Amino acid sequence: MTLHGSCAVTGVAEIPPRRTTRGQTTLGLIGRLAAAAVADAGLEPSDVDGLLVGPQVGETPQHVPATVAEYLGLEPRYGDVVDLGGAAGPGMIWRAAAAIRAGMCDTVLCVLANTRDPDNVPRSPNRNPIREFEVPYGASGANQAYAMAAARHMADFGTTAEQLASVPVFERRNAGLNPDAVFHGKDIAVEDVLSSPMIAWPLRRLEIVMPCGGGAAAVVQRADPARRAPHCPVLLLGAGEKLTHRSLSQAPELTTTPLAAAIATSYDMAGVQANDVDVFSLYDCYSIMLALTLEDAGLCRKGDVGPWMADQDFSSTGNFPVNPHGGQLACGQADLAGGMCHLVEAVRQLRGEAGARQVTDAELALVTGNGATLGEEVAIVLGAAG
Amino acid sequence: MSAVPRPGRLSTPATAEYWRAAADGHLLIQRCLHCGHKQLYPRTLCTRCWSAELGWQETVGTGSVRTFTVIEVPGHPAWREEAPYLIALVELDEGPCLLAGVLGSDPYRVAVGQRVRFVADSGGDPAGPLPFFARDEP
Repeated sequence: MTLHGSCAVTGVAEIPPRRTTRGQTTLGLIGRLAAAAVADAGLEPSDVDGLLVGPQVGETPQHVPATVAEYLGLEPRYGDVVDLGGAAGPGMIWRAAAAIRAGMCDTVLCVLANTRDPDNVPRSPNRNPIREFEVPYGASGANQAYAMAAARHMADFGTTAEQLASVPVFERRNAGLNPDAVFHGKDIAVEDVLSSPMIAWPLRRLEIVMPCGGGAAAVVQRADPARRAPHCPVLLLGAGEKLTHRSLSQAPELTTTPLAAAIATSYDMAGVQANDVDVFSLYDCYSIMLALTLEDAGLCRKGDVGPWMADQDFSSTGNFPVNPHGGQLACGQADLAGGMCHLVEAVRQLRGEAGARQVTDAELALVTGNGATLGEEVAIVLGAAG
Repeated sequence: MSAVPRPGRLSTPATAEYWRAAADGHLLIQRCLHCGHKQLYPRTLCTRCWSAELGWQETVGTGSVRTFTVIEVPGHPAWREEAPYLIALVELDEGPCLLAGVLGSDPYRVAVGQRVRFVADSGGDPAGPLPFFARDEP
C-alpha cells in the first residue's frame, strides 16, 4: 500500500499571522479555520469524521482532540495530536491520508492555530534533557541552535553572512505580491539585514522569523475524480519523514538536516526529481534553515548554496520559484501553523489561484516542515489533479 | 544582578552522579558495559544497544569546538546581563558531544576546531559549578 495519489487536499484556510491576537482564544481561531476550510472544500461540518490537531492548544494542554471536537460539535471516528513542531502541518497531511487509506475515516480536518499576546509570552515548563543540560548555560530557545548550524556551515564551506542575508531579502521581495504578509511592501537590502541587531552570532534579527498568532487548516479526502467541488483537488503524491534529535548537541550532522532523507523519500514515492518541481514551499524559520533546505532538496550541491543562491531567481517568475508568498520570514510565523502556511501556499499555486504571484503552469510542489532544532522533519510532494 | 532569577537546576537518579562529579572537578561520560558505547547526556539506557548496564568513565577533559554561537540576546531574561557570552557544542576526545559555555575574555575569539579544556565553574549561578570549558592554549 502506498499513499501515492490516493488522497487529496480538497480545502484550505488561513488566518494570516499577526503580531497580536488579543481578545481571541485558540479554540476560537480553530473554529474560524474549520468553517473556512470545510466551506472551501464544498463540504458540510457533518462531513468531517477525522480530526488532527497540534499540541499546546493554549486553553487545553491535554485531551486536545476531544476538546477541539467538542468545541466544534464534531464526533470524529479518528482524532489525534501531531506533535512535530513546524513539521506538524505537512506531517498531518500524510497521516490523514494514511487514516483514510486504512478505512478509519473519509474526511480529515487538519488544523493548527495559536494566539499571541506579545506582553505575555508563556515560558515552556519543560523538565526534559534540554532543560537539564543546556538551559543552565543560558542556551534557551531556538536561536542559539540555528546560529550554531549556520556557524558550522560557514566554517565548513565558506558561506558568508552576506550570502545568508540574501534569504530574507528575496523573501521580502516575493511578499510584495502577498498583501496578507506582515512585511508586505517592506523590501529590504542585504545591508539592512547586516546592520540589524546581532541576536546569536552569526544570526541577526532580520534573519529570524517574527513570532505571531494565527492559524491554517486543510481538509484531506480520498482522491475522487467524480467529486464535484469548488476547487480542483490537489493530490498527495509523496511523503517522507525523519526524526533524529531534539537538541542540536545530539544531532548526527550539523550541515545536512534530516530533511535530506525525508525529501528523498517523498521524491521517490512521487516518482519525481528536484528538477521536476515547479513550486518550492520551504520551511524558513531562519535564513540558514532555507539555505540548508535548498541543498537538502537537491537544488545545489551540499555546501554550494551561498554562491549558488546569487545566481538564482526565486520569484514566482524565476527559474526556481521558492516561497512565492514570502515564506515565514516575510509573513510571520503563527506558531505551529507556520508549516501549514507553506502547504496552503502550495495548494493555492497548484489550483492556479495564487493571483499576482501565480507560478505559470504549476503542476508539482514540494512542501517542507521542520521542527525543534533541525531534528523533526517532513516533506510532501503535491500535484495538480488537472 | 538580574531581576529575573535563573531557572533552577534539574537532576534525576540517572544523572545525579554526573552533576556531583562535575562540581568536584571531574567530567564523566557514560560507558555501556555491554557494547562499549560512550554517551552524553547520561541516560538510563545505551542509545546503541539499549542495555541498561552502564558505567561511568572519567574523561581527560579535552575536546574541540564542533560549532558555537555568541549569544547577544539571550532566550531567557535571566542571562540578559551576562551577554555577550559564548556557548559551544564540544566534542570530547572520548567521542561524546555536549553543549556548554566557554569561558574567557573575548567571546568572539573562537573558531570551529578550537581546542578546549574542561573546567568546573558556576558561570555566575549561585546553584554551583557546572561543566564549562576554557580555551586550551599553549
